[in-house]
Amino acid sequence: MEKKNKMPFKGTKEQEAQLRAVIAEHKDEKGAAIPVLHKAQDIYGYLPIEVQEIIAEGLGVPLAEIYGIVTFYTQFSLNPKGEYQIGVCLGTACYVKGSGDILQEIKDILKIDVGECTPDGKFSLDATRCVGACGLAPVVTINDDVYGRLTKGEIGGILAKY
Amino acid sequence: MDMVRGHVLCCGGTGCTSSGCEAIIKEMEAQLAANGLEKEIKVIKPGCFGLCALGPVMIVYPEGCFYSRVKVEDVKEIVEEHLLKGRIVKRLLYQETVHGDDIKSLNEVDFYKKQKRVALRNCGVINPENIDEYIAFDGYKALGKCLTEMTREEVIEEIKKSGLRGRGGGGFPTGLKWQFAYNSKSDKKYVCCNADEGDPGAFMDRSILEGDPHSVIEAMAIAAYAIGADQGFVYIRAEYPIAVKRLQIAINQAKEYGLLGKNIFGTDFNFDLEIRLGAGAFVCGEETALMTSIEGKRGEPRPRPPFPAVKGLWEQPTLLNNVETYANIAQIINNGAEWFASMGTEKSKGTKVFALGGKINNTGLVEIPMGTTLREIIEDIGGGIPGGKKFKAAQTGGPSGGCIPAHLMDTPIDYDSLIAIGSMMGSGGLIVMDEDNCMVDIAKFFLEFTVDASCGKCTPCRVGTKRLLELLTKIVDGKGTMADIDRMAQLCYSIKESALCGLGQTAPNPVLSTLRYFRDEYEAHVRDKVCPAGVCKALSRYIIDPDKCKGCSLCSRQCPVGAISGEIRSPFVIDQDKCIKCGACKEACKFGAIYKK
Repeated sequence: MEKKNKMPFKGTKEQEAQLRAVIAEHKDEKGAAIPVLHKAQDIYGYLPIEVQEIIAEGLGVPLAEIYGIVTFYTQFSLNPKGEYQIGVCLGTACYVKGSGDILQEIKDILKIDVGECTPDGKFSLDATRCVGACGLAPVVTINDDVYGRLTKGEIGGILAKY
Repeated sequence: MDMVRGHVLCCGGTGCTSSGCEAIIKEMEAQLAANGLEKEIKVIKPGCFGLCALGPVMIVYPEGCFYSRVKVEDVKEIVEEHLLKGRIVKRLLYQETVHGDDIKSLNEVDFYKKQKRVALRNCGVINPENIDEYIAFDGYKALGKCLTEMTREEVIEEIKKSGLRGRGGGGFPTGLKWQFAYNSKSDKKYVCCNADEGDPGAFMDRSILEGDPHSVIEAMAIAAYAIGADQGFVYIRAEYPIAVKRLQIAINQAKEYGLLGKNIFGTDFNFDLEIRLGAGAFVCGEETALMTSIEGKRGEPRPRPPFPAVKGLWEQPTLLNNVETYANIAQIINNGAEWFASMGTEKSKGTKVFALGGKINNTGLVEIPMGTTLREIIEDIGGGIPGGKKFKAAQTGGPSGGCIPAHLMDTPIDYDSLIAIGSMMGSGGLIVMDEDNCMVDIAKFFLEFTVDASCGKCTPCRVGTKRLLELLTKIVDGKGTMADIDRMAQLCYSIKESALCGLGQTAPNPVLSTLRYFRDEYEAHVRDKVCPAGVCKALSRYIIDPDKCKGCSLCSRQCPVGAISGEIRSPFVIDQDKCIKCGACKEACKFGAIYKK
């Protein structure tokens, strides 16, 4: 499903050159599509249709197949992410310790839903699968920072730091 | 290697990394340099020690001091007092290790006493980024033994005799699986490792890859030799960046040492290993879906038979085992099948690693002999439930498993006894729940997960789990009927019998097991419109305790919908029909007079 207000594609020539180099490197490997998509997402931050077209053409596979893969795996995103990507762990250990309430609190503060980005492009919100830091439950990640043992009410202060 | 007089081990597992061990290691190195100790004391970053609840964790040898919840500010004191002057910093010690003026060894602490580390033997001990340390702990000895002293058939026989069963959840006998792959005739065979640990609340495979990656590489090479493969893939979650990095370092080092590649140990055995990253799809933990994903496609399962041992990756015979299963292999070859089979119960041999999480004091990673009871794990090793709360249930097996109630706490943990009580071993997540957790809500939580994770290929799973979730939602919202409960149970059995893969076939288990042991909670939601644990929002109510209420009116002024009324200086009341359960009144009350029921 495409988003209502799709951002125009702003890929640069340099990014495209990088992507084409990645494709050339993997072209003859078996099962190359997923590794290439991972690297493409590293380059562009997300995988808009324009990038998928380059990959499909480069690997010589139908665009439908590439699109099928991108939409199957949750790590691949069709939409750009915010400058700060918030991930609320909804693994079991975090859930029984109240991460559902924390997610609700973030939604209320930022007024966005899971999978959305704030209008200024600053924060995007995801409910992540287990990040494996169950000893610190409940856990929220913001880019590479990890906040553990959170209680209700702490989130506002943490978001204000960004 | 340089001779040093002491070692500082700072846990570098994901739990401790998340609680800031990197900054501590940096500070430690800076402080050691400032005191001229950098040549005398060596800082090592091993894998997980297991006691994640106390992270960041640090052990100083030779004394074996176990410092817990270390902060960057504490490092200076540890260096100046302990490492320079030899005075142990008592206030930072893990209190369980302090015994008057003495320090107990870690093995005597309750958390470790009942554990037996086989798969985790090197985690928290060696530096995972240095192959020499692994070799110093008998690393690659088993591979050498297999290649130079044992025939392929003998290797398989040894694994069969050990009684090892798959640690990924299914519990299929590992030796038999190897035998099937060996029996298949083909020029090309593959060996794969399932490191797509998607079960929420389980992190043992991640810890093994982070703490002892070579143990998996060595075992995969042994497996490849046994079945006649020359190429391997480790399929690992992209959500585990530290594990991916360390595994790649380990593979590179093994290649450099000639332990991967051509003519290993001077024999004609060749083996190459590659990492393939997952991309966030729970179903890819299912073996056929995993292989489809390695092939670079949408990770949808395919019907079995043909089993992977006959037709797997790219239609060739393929052996697939999970990380923890592999971590046991070298030990079995080195110590013998009898040694391994001497641990555990009659049908479940060896040990199992569990990730203890949820409402328990010692959250972390534990490895216990099969047959240990749940009570021993929770009370002795896990240190019980925090805040004096009452144990309600333990959940094992993740979205495929079930909840074990208090009266079954003395069940010995093994594959068959867990299935008999309606749960399963699973990959080893063990989540403890107390009286504040609602079992209907937990069942709904797992169903939400499965609905989201269902790949959509077969109807029973795609549509069935969705309908199941709708029924659960209805109950949680207080709109369920008794007939819904029966309909749910019926639907569960239909899904179990008709879904294509393990994900769908086990998806109803969380519902079935909570229905079996906590039917009264379901009935309370339906008949009495009450959530006994006070979790389900639609059924919970905020109530003002008339004895505590001073009639200050603060709550009624905070209420956004005007649901609270009363006269000043006499108890106020909440109109339940108007209340939207936002909880603003409870937060505002200065006398603790408002409670949620």
